Amino acid sequence: MIHDVSLYEILTVTSILFFIGIYGFITRKNLISILISIELLLNASVVNFVVINKYLYPDVLQGVVFSIFIIAVAAAETALAVGIIINLYRQISSVEVKDVETMKY
Amino acid sequence: MLRSVIYLAFVLISIAGIFFLIDYNLLAAIQLTVYAGGIIVLIIFSVLLVHHIEMRLEMASIAKRITTAVLCIVGMGVFIYTIFSFEFKMVDNKQTTTTEAIGERLLSYGEGGFILPFEVISILLLAAMIGAIVIAKGTKLMVKNNKPT
Repeated sequence: MIHDVSLYEILTVTSILFFIGIYGFITRKNLISILISIELLLNASVVNFVVINKYLYPDVLQGVVFSIFIIAVAAAETALAVGIIINLYRQISSVEVKDVETMKY
Repeated sequence: MLRSVIYLAFVLISIAGIFFLIDYNLLAAIQLTVYAGGIIVLIIFSVLLVHHIEMRLEMASIAKRITTAVLCIVGMGVFIYTIFSFEFKMVDNKQTTTTEAIGERLLSYGEGGFILPFEVISILLLAAMIGAIVIAKGTKLMVKNNKPT
């Protein structure tokens, strides 16, 4: 199964993915781009759960089960966010972050 | 904008490749169907409904971008340094986790079973579905906001 790939390489990949997600989350001014960045963050954490479960504790299944739960939560969150974004666009014709202040009231 | 969604699809498919690499076929299939099949289609729909494709993206100011990039690189350095300085006790295993084992674990109500979180997740998905429907068909708030308050 695992021939040459060690835990360190995969953890490096996921931490790079995580910080790309954080960078996009902070610098983008667009709701859909922020949603894409959140997907990157969640996916990096899922890979971390699974990899640590596989390499360190292969005889339990907690990591796999938790990653399934995280994927379900991410799917629900994306569906809700897309609904909110489209409804917001119908009402204020914009998806920029600075224009959605009116949601506060 | 649409191009970034396509790149996100490639990233998600590659993560499914990582799952195949470490021999979790069920998770790779879930990743391919839920993320690359469902979420990408949702985001593409929202991009196409919301945006004019040729519209330029608005980014943060250049100083903020540089500050964020420096902070992210420092954080990534700390992460990678910590990872590489920690000695993981790796276990050598040859067994493949079957889908049957995951399913039994997910539905067992004995010691260490996950039946309660499973039910909670199903309630959460139902609530998210109802919430998305309610939000999507919501009344026009603009009419209400125009009235003097």
